[in-house]
Amino acid sequence: MTLFSRYRILLPIASLALLLAVTFYVQPRTMSYFGLNLLFNLAVPIALATIAQMLIIMVNDIDLGIGAFVSLAACVAATFLEQSPLIGAMIMAALILSYALMGAMIHALALPAIVVTLGMSFVWGGLALFLLPSPGGTSPAWLRAIMTVKPPLMPMALVAACLIAGVTHWLIARAGIGTVLRGVGGNADAVRRAGWSLVRLKALAYGLAGLFGVLAGMALVGLTTSADANIALRYTLLSIAGVILGGGEFTGGKVSPAGAVIGALTLALAASFLSFMRLSPDWQIGAQGAILIAVLAARLLFNGRDGARR
Amino acid sequence: MDEPALQPTGPSRETAPLVTLTDVTKRFGAVTALNRVDLDIRAGECLGLVGHNGAGKSTLVSLINGALAASSGRVDFPASSADHALAAGVRSVFQELSLCPNLSLAENLRIAHADLRGWGWRRRAGAEIEASLDTLFPGHGIAADALVETLSIAQRQMVEIAIRFSPLGGAPKLLILDEPTSSLDAGIANQLLEAITRFCDDGGAVVFISHMLGEIFRVASRILVMKDGHIVADEAADHFTRQGLVDVMGHVATAPESDSEASPRQLGDVLVEQAGLQARRGEIVGLSGLAGHGQAEALARLYLDATSAWRETGTPPMVFVAGDRKRDGLLPLGSILHNISLSFLATTARWGLVDRASERRVGDEWQRRIGIRTQTLSNPILSLSGGNQQKVLFARALASAAPIVIMDDPMRGVDVGTKQDVYALVRAEATKGRTFLWYSTETEEVCQCDRVFVYRNGAISAALSGDALTEAKILEASFEMQESEA
Repeated sequence: MTLFSRYRILLPIASLALLLAVTFYVQPRTMSYFGLNLLFNLAVPIALATIAQMLIIMVNDIDLGIGAFVSLAACVAATFLEQSPLIGAMIMAALILSYALMGAMIHALALPAIVVTLGMSFVWGGLALFLLPSPGGTSPAWLRAIMTVKPPLMPMALVAACLIAGVTHWLIARAGIGTVLRGVGGNADAVRRAGWSLVRLKALAYGLAGLFGVLAGMALVGLTTSADANIALRYTLLSIAGVILGGGEFTGGKVSPAGAVIGALTLALAASFLSFMRLSPDWQIGAQGAILIAVLAARLLFNGRDGARR
Repeated sequence: MDEPALQPTGPSRETAPLVTLTDVTKRFGAVTALNRVDLDIRAGECLGLVGHNGAGKSTLVSLINGALAASSGRVDFPASSADHALAAGVRSVFQELSLCPNLSLAENLRIAHADLRGWGWRRRAGAEIEASLDTLFPGHGIAADALVETLSIAQRQMVEIAIRFSPLGGAPKLLILDEPTSSLDAGIANQLLEAITRFCDDGGAVVFISHMLGEIFRVASRILVMKDGHIVADEAADHFTRQGLVDVMGHVATAPESDSEASPRQLGDVLVEQAGLQARRGEIVGLSGLAGHGQAEALARLYLDATSAWRETGTPPMVFVAGDRKRDGLLPLGSILHNISLSFLATTARWGLVDRASERRVGDEWQRRIGIRTQTLSNPILSLSGGNQQKVLFARALASAAPIVIMDDPMRGVDVGTKQDVYALVRAEATKGRTFLWYSTETEEVCQCDRVFVYRNGAISAALSGDALTEAKILEASFEMQESEA
């Protein structure tokens, strides 16, 4: 019991392993290089979006616009980035910068992040519609090549997941600046008193979130080969669920990058698993919710054992 | 002391004050918190800062450490010619702890020490905090990689102090300690006082705020008394006597009333009985022992067991007065009135709606009874000073009709006058038949109780009452099986 509460990463791993075992049991053919890649393919952009969401939750905010933002990034990737890479790259940089500015503004004007990001989601969505009024566009060839590469031993999806988890774990959990950012979530006043500029730190957190949002959009286009203004709208809630599934908490700067990636994998797997169960698509969202609640209930159970105080 | 000849900066630099306040005034809206204050602090000084809650002590130190900007006047750092407090080596231990609970000790040190970079910073930070803890509090038993949220409040306070005392890439020149011992037990507080004396002997300066005059007299070389935003006395510590100091502060010092004076109360039936802890109707039961030996946990268990029912039952069986205001007590976004009325809203509500007239009436009554210093109860709770916030929590608890009041070291950072007021209030309420369970880190306070349970290592080691209830007996019971550290 105390093992689970001490190492909060264990429960996400256990949930993923359990779900994976059941999936293998129901559909043994997934237990292969090709099968695993199919299972987790779409988890890569979700994992990147989840990391973006985690960076925002880490500083005690929440981002309700990440889905629309990823859609916009996908549309840019399928149009400008394909036709004129330089302009495409500049637009992506501008998107990241605008995310950083949004973070600075939220802090400087003491606005609720939930409102600002929700409002901005309509801006992102409008821009995406402006770029691609109807589904279309083409993935840049190099992006397609990266997303369909076949590394030896492990399928691309799992290699990418490990890479994302490793890099973000180093950045957030090990590096000094990540520690300070988590400190902002834990006790912003303390960080400010130590001489840090909270506006810059928030801008950094949001800017990093923007970077991962852009990466998510690009990864998505690389997989689907075309884009659509609404392609990633459901990522908003998926990413929040992924962070929480991965052992993160909404407040207090308690997040786990590796956990967030595992949470995203779990969510993607849950969708496949429910299809294997031949569950009608009408019920799938509800069933996904049930899985989410089960995992969270388990966490509450394990953590609650330590007693409510001290 | 170094020889002056070896000082590269020369003797004028040596004697220049670390910080100088010139004609400083600070206003918050219509309230003048600090009025035309002049002050020099020099190396080697230990400045004891005393005054009531709301006298302007916290405002003064906030101006020195740069958390607030003066409305008028100048704050300079002549000795270092730095332009802000951090660069001048001014460090503060805050009353509300400035640690990030989600980070480890080493990581918290990293936040305070921005230049700690590169590979292995975590290990270096860990070594730095361990070294500082070892020097200040030998035998502390706190690991550098422990998360702060897993520590007790006393341990957190120790970590907070240790971080401010560590080099952090420079050297602390002036340490501001605002009620640093309020959540420490006597042994640890003693270690801290010794460390402060050593620090000043080595040429550092300290501003030490405490409501415990004994501590002030032990460490301070100079005492500054504040009252209503003014410095009313500023002299060497040996010019003051304890009584003189209290007189200057301007509060009537009431000697602790002897037990014979208070008419013996009729104690009723046993109301509470859990794990050896027992309380009768109308009794004031104290919980004592060294900090962090299970007193707070025992109270929390008792309280949560009694009040965690799913169904609302009208009058709560118990109310809780938090010592850790920020975590357990305040609604930080609410008004003062809302913070008080929380405990009785349900009982005065009609048709499920708040009865505003009676809420206001009860609130005003308690403001008068307990003396909350504010113009109107509609002000936000955070506009009050720490001691007044604590009064609000008392008002909240006592305004309810609950027969049992649980107090988890509620007098942390509360001045002498307020304490006397609250003691009187508690005795009066007990006479009316209320039961109090009172955990305190101050032995004097516990001695006012009818019966005291002393905790050691999570269990009751002694139950004292009547003539057996003395400071010596309590200390004996707290320390018995272990090496005395005091």
